Amino acid sequence: MAERRINIQALARVEGEGALEITLREGAVEEVRLRIYEPPRFFEGILRGRHFHEVPDIVARICGICPVAYQMSAVHALEAALGIAPSENTRALRRLLYCGEWIESHALHLYLLAAPDFFGYGSALEMAKDHRGIVERGLKIKAAGNTLIAAVGGRSIHPVSPRVGGFSGVPRRADLRGLLPELERAREAAGATVRWAAGWPIPEHAWEFEYAALVHPEEYPMNEGRFCSSGGVDCAMAEFDTVVQESQVPHSNALHAAIKGRGAYLVGPLARINLNAERFAPVARAALREIGIPFPTQNPFHSHLARAVEMLQAIDEAIRLIEEYLPPEPPYAEAPDRAGEGRWITEAPRGSLYHHYRIGPDGLIESARIVPPTSQNQRQIEEDLRAYLPKLPDLPDEALGLRCEALVRAYDPCISCATHFLTVTIKQRQ
Amino acid sequence: MKNKPTLAVHKFTSCDGCQLVVLNLEEELLALAAAFDIARFVEAMSGSRPGPWDVSLVEGSVTTEEEMARIRTIRAQSRYLAAIGACATAGGIQALREWVPLEVLKQAVYPAPEVIAALPRSTPASAHVRVDLELPGCPIDKGQLKEALLSLARGRIPALPCHAVCLECKRQGNPCVVVAKGIPCLGPVTRTGCGALCPRFGRGCYGCFGPAEQSNFGAMREMLEGAGLSPEAITRQYRLFTAGASSFKAAGGG
Repeated sequence: MAERRINIQALARVEGEGALEITLREGAVEEVRLRIYEPPRFFEGILRGRHFHEVPDIVARICGICPVAYQMSAVHALEAALGIAPSENTRALRRLLYCGEWIESHALHLYLLAAPDFFGYGSALEMAKDHRGIVERGLKIKAAGNTLIAAVGGRSIHPVSPRVGGFSGVPRRADLRGLLPELERAREAAGATVRWAAGWPIPEHAWEFEYAALVHPEEYPMNEGRFCSSGGVDCAMAEFDTVVQESQVPHSNALHAAIKGRGAYLVGPLARINLNAERFAPVARAALREIGIPFPTQNPFHSHLARAVEMLQAIDEAIRLIEEYLPPEPPYAEAPDRAGEGRWITEAPRGSLYHHYRIGPDGLIESARIVPPTSQNQRQIEEDLRAYLPKLPDLPDEALGLRCEALVRAYDPCISCATHFLTVTIKQRQ
Repeated sequence: MKNKPTLAVHKFTSCDGCQLVVLNLEEELLALAAAFDIARFVEAMSGSRPGPWDVSLVEGSVTTEEEMARIRTIRAQSRYLAAIGACATAGGIQALREWVPLEVLKQAVYPAPEVIAALPRSTPASAHVRVDLELPGCPIDKGQLKEALLSLARGRIPALPCHAVCLECKRQGNPCVVVAKGIPCLGPVTRTGCGALCPRFGRGCYGCFGPAEQSNFGAMREMLEGAGLSPEAITRQYRLFTAGASSFKAAGGG
């Protein structure tokens, strides 16, 4: 009984540490396991006993790539617990900050993590030797996102200004208007990115799966909306726990989420665009028409295109928000200590991010629960690989492993969020 | 022609934010790629090459048996080892497990805590091996990173400033948040490097860069009490991202 075993030491170009183990018997898929062995950091435990004002600073450290997402879900959930409603101007500034993170995170993923798969390079740095202009374009878009986050939040990684009730301090109109030329150039570059990504050799891989995201009647979802899915879920954020169940599997340090009674589902750019494309700004709608991909689609590789169009949308929206910007005055609402319970979902670059807090009368956190997008996608990634492997031709182990890695990367998994390093192991049993 | 120095980036227990600062060099990133032969950077590239390496950047703290062994291997394989960020230099936010039993933390997160493998303490690289350079910060500063890489590429270890960020803040001419608004601020005891961000955004320093040298923690305590903080709240101020640094640990009540 010959057993072929491939061990690609690390699934590269993802955020974090995990392993992928695939067992094939007689050519058929026997088992797929996404094993997250990123060491746990126990955030939900650390948060107990902290004051609610410390929470946005602490949860930012769950992820260096999407700290704003953690801060946004946290401040909204805590405000819900405390009965505070942010002002309209605060709401707009939060959306502007979030646009910065979508731009930075999507540019990072498209150009530095995903694109090398489609052009036969090991990294964007290697790709830059032959395609310097393209890589530089991506880095400039990413820089524009970072500059925007820093202008609103103080710095692009672990911003300092977001707080329960609003912002500790807010930028002046002139400071933000100064960013417009760079953002306008980035919008051009993002349009070019959509056309570029539309030409990537995307594998044919449509299959039936459920996807979920916030849906908002008027805007492309970020901080508000209802949690909806293609399978008929349509609930208020606070009801998330009634439709989604988390469970622990022995092979992973990240909990798995599933829709009760059905199972795996996808969150992230593809889910959002599938459920919300009609709420894009005209420039993003035009780009969608131009590339001719009929969203909704059931091909997970279209996540890359969804990310490119969302990046364009986020830049366009950032420009509009800056043009209309009125500094929140005062910058934050006072938040006195009181007991309460709050739940909220915002749309992180990688998908829906749920936070649930209970606060005691002294303002200290009694319990915290966080369900990051990558936990929700984990089971979906395993099921997707099961659907994908039989479609692949008979390839040598290494080539097969690379194809599987490319599919995992389409999800832009953030393993530090879900806890992180993907090693692909393929066992062939005969 | 002399070969370019090799660079390896290693991840331990962390949020990936300090590695992201490397990628955030953005337009200078391609210049960095030209100055070094990048042999290992899993988050950014496929196909890592084994050591020895001229320069190793270590992000994250040591929280598992595997990481304890790996940091020693990396040390043995590296000419220069630079620990980058609050996790690698002080144990990070995850060092808070020192004050909460690990079993309690596990139970707060996992339905089956017994299968989760983690050490009871989160420790910096220097607790295990000799470290040539430490870049403070949660996250590290881009300017300090650039200076460190350029120096190490030439075989020099840079001297980073270790005075308090309070001085930097005064130099910038920011209105003092303590004096003007009575907001508690750790600026007098926190190391410079962030650019004195927080007071510019209307809040007090919360200590991301860890302790400054020769800080007067007694005077700091009086100021925090004067701003109305309870003893418990003062302890929490020091127990964030660099809680494991010895002087913050002492100031927070041990």
